[in-house]
Amino acid sequence: MSHDEYQIHRAKILTPAFWVLLTLTVIGFALIAVRFIWGIGAVSNLSDGYPWGIWITYDVATGTAIACGGYAVAILIYIRNKMHYHPLIRSAVLTSLFGYGLAGFSVMVDVGRPWNAYNFFVPSQWQANSAMFEVALCVMAYTTVLAIEFLPAVLTRLQETNWSRARSFLEKYHGRFGLDTPVVLEKLERLGQRALWLQPKLDKVLIFVIVLGITLPTMHQSSLGSLLLIASTKLYPLWHTGFLPLLFLINCMFIGYSIAILESIISSYGFKRPFEIEQLSGLASITPYLTSIWLCVVVGDLVWRGQVANALRFDFYSAFFLLEFGLVATGSLLLFSKKRRQSPRWLFITAVLIVLGGALYRFNVYLIGFNPGQGWRYFPSLAELLITVGIVAFEILGYQVLVKLFPVLPRLHGHEEQAAVKA
Amino acid sequence: MSQKSRREFLKLAGLAGAGLVAAPAVALASHPVAGANDEELGMLYDATKCVGCKACMSACKRVNGDYGSLSYEQAKFDPDKLWDAPQDLTGSTRTLIKLVKDTPKEWSYVKYSCMHCQKPSCVSVCPVAAMTKDKITGIVDYNKNTCIGCRYCQIACAFNIPKFQWEKAIPQIVKCDLCKNTNLKQKGISACAEVCPTGAIMFGKRKDLLAEAKKRLAEHPKQYVNHIYGEHELGGTNHLYLAALQFKKLGLPELKGEAPAEFSEKIQHTIYKGFIAPVALYGTLCFIAVRNMKKGNDHTAEQKKSDDGGDQ
Repeated sequence: MSHDEYQIHRAKILTPAFWVLLTLTVIGFALIAVRFIWGIGAVSNLSDGYPWGIWITYDVATGTAIACGGYAVAILIYIRNKMHYHPLIRSAVLTSLFGYGLAGFSVMVDVGRPWNAYNFFVPSQWQANSAMFEVALCVMAYTTVLAIEFLPAVLTRLQETNWSRARSFLEKYHGRFGLDTPVVLEKLERLGQRALWLQPKLDKVLIFVIVLGITLPTMHQSSLGSLLLIASTKLYPLWHTGFLPLLFLINCMFIGYSIAILESIISSYGFKRPFEIEQLSGLASITPYLTSIWLCVVVGDLVWRGQVANALRFDFYSAFFLLEFGLVATGSLLLFSKKRRQSPRWLFITAVLIVLGGALYRFNVYLIGFNPGQGWRYFPSLAELLITVGIVAFEILGYQVLVKLFPVLPRLHGHEEQAAVKA
Repeated sequence: MSQKSRREFLKLAGLAGAGLVAAPAVALASHPVAGANDEELGMLYDATKCVGCKACMSACKRVNGDYGSLSYEQAKFDPDKLWDAPQDLTGSTRTLIKLVKDTPKEWSYVKYSCMHCQKPSCVSVCPVAAMTKDKITGIVDYNKNTCIGCRYCQIACAFNIPKFQWEKAIPQIVKCDLCKNTNLKQKGISACAEVCPTGAIMFGKRKDLLAEAKKRLAEHPKQYVNHIYGEHELGGTNHLYLAALQFKKLGLPELKGEAPAEFSEKIQHTIYKGFIAPVALYGTLCFIAVRNMKKGNDHTAEQKKSDDGGDQ
């Protein structure tokens, strides 16, 4: 539980990847500006038949599931009591924070009258019948919780830093902004002292915040499924079921574990650190059980509602259903082998299959299986896609920068560290 | 050891998640639908009387032009603003007359506007209560001052009625409100019904409209399809239809008698009844987590050893 489990990744921030991601981010945000000046119709192919497009489907419904790594790993550590996974939690929380924060941001881009959002805090306007109300409040609360969960990393950094960058900046521009170097430095030092004061107090109550961080996703991830319950005439019967909330909940859990594996493997590869095979194979041993439950509920529900024939019709909807089902099933079957769970390559492949299948399920429910009636068509416009790409790019960019500023990644020990530095 | 803890975990997941979200789906079937309130206001559109003059569309825009900032849709060839020929309900059109030709000899006009459902999906799903249903008149109304523009009402509406102003930087949802703030307030009747020259649109209480519709069906059984569209659809609507062509051909979907909102609200309310389940979940998880932490602090080393052995 100590804070020495993590370390700052000492590396250059302004890499080529940084500039590529920054370019994509700038393009995306420029298009967001266009949306706010000339309306949603100016950048998107959304219509009265398809009022929710790629922004809601990917950035919100799928993005928050992909951001469930923090949720899934927190269950494992604090509820299943597997403390040796603790080194994984900080990077998982950081990606979750970005995922959820930016999902919230996408919603603000997507909704037509964002300035009225304050009504979520006006009790007389509360609407408990609406799954959207529940999702909105929970997502806001969870994003706050994630920020608090990440706070220890910031506090540790504030205590340990000697403000060398700030010092050199001040020396360079001394007097130019009317800044008095000693005064500013003194203020910064005091900030460090405050952090030192706050940290033990935060540590004491943090567990209750963390548990809140497990409760809230359980609530809103199931509600993300409930959102489409109302569309009984529009959502294709393969997907419209009273079990939508349960399916979405299990779905976000197995996506969460798989994405934690992917993130770890990708950042090990990208940052040239050794793979965390021990922990990852442990995570990978959980997913097949979750996916098995999920697949059983899906099949059982189809049988119960007499939809099996629809599923095997091999038409447009059936094809997407079988693809979603097949991806999750294949990834899970492969993971039942212990040998594969020890191989970074297989861990990567299976996690990709499960994440793709799980995400496709959400696309099927929100977009592909959604048919508002004759004459309506939807495929996202280029600008719409670029806004989503820009937001995702910003997410990766932020992660890359923050792991180099704050102690986020698991601490490497002895020889591992030397190897990583050499590489 | 690890087998046991996995079982414990699954049991817990079963309790916390599955029980919470799965129970209502099963317990749902036998829920009775509340009876329709026939005192509410509505309209009866008789397609066999309609001559397609579009006076209703014109009156709707004239009367409701300012309220809700509607504007005329303008064709490109018409700089003098003489024509207004919207193709569909839009962010500037609340009511629309269309011609449906089945065969050269069989055709019908049809009017589209808000159905004013007895149990409206749009009201049920609006997260900030910008969509409301008046308790006495039954009018489903929209308030742009609370709406956040999430368009969940559009997803929810089986009739695709609420429309969004895609081209505007400050957009809003547009739908018929039975002239609640305009013609109804001043003259006690909706503008479309007031101007209809053939009596194709009848305005009144739902019970009177239903009685009139039944009378017409009984008097001229050959003239109509023997069905009052809206009497039972989705738990009943206050906008009712009579027609000579199949309603499906007129673009009015075949729908069940149960309101979708009954189904979704039942599930949502079972999960969140009195907020007990979330609080119980939080309490249970807190208990487990705190106990785990204490155990962890006591035998950190031991714990680590036994955990490393399992689960791989």
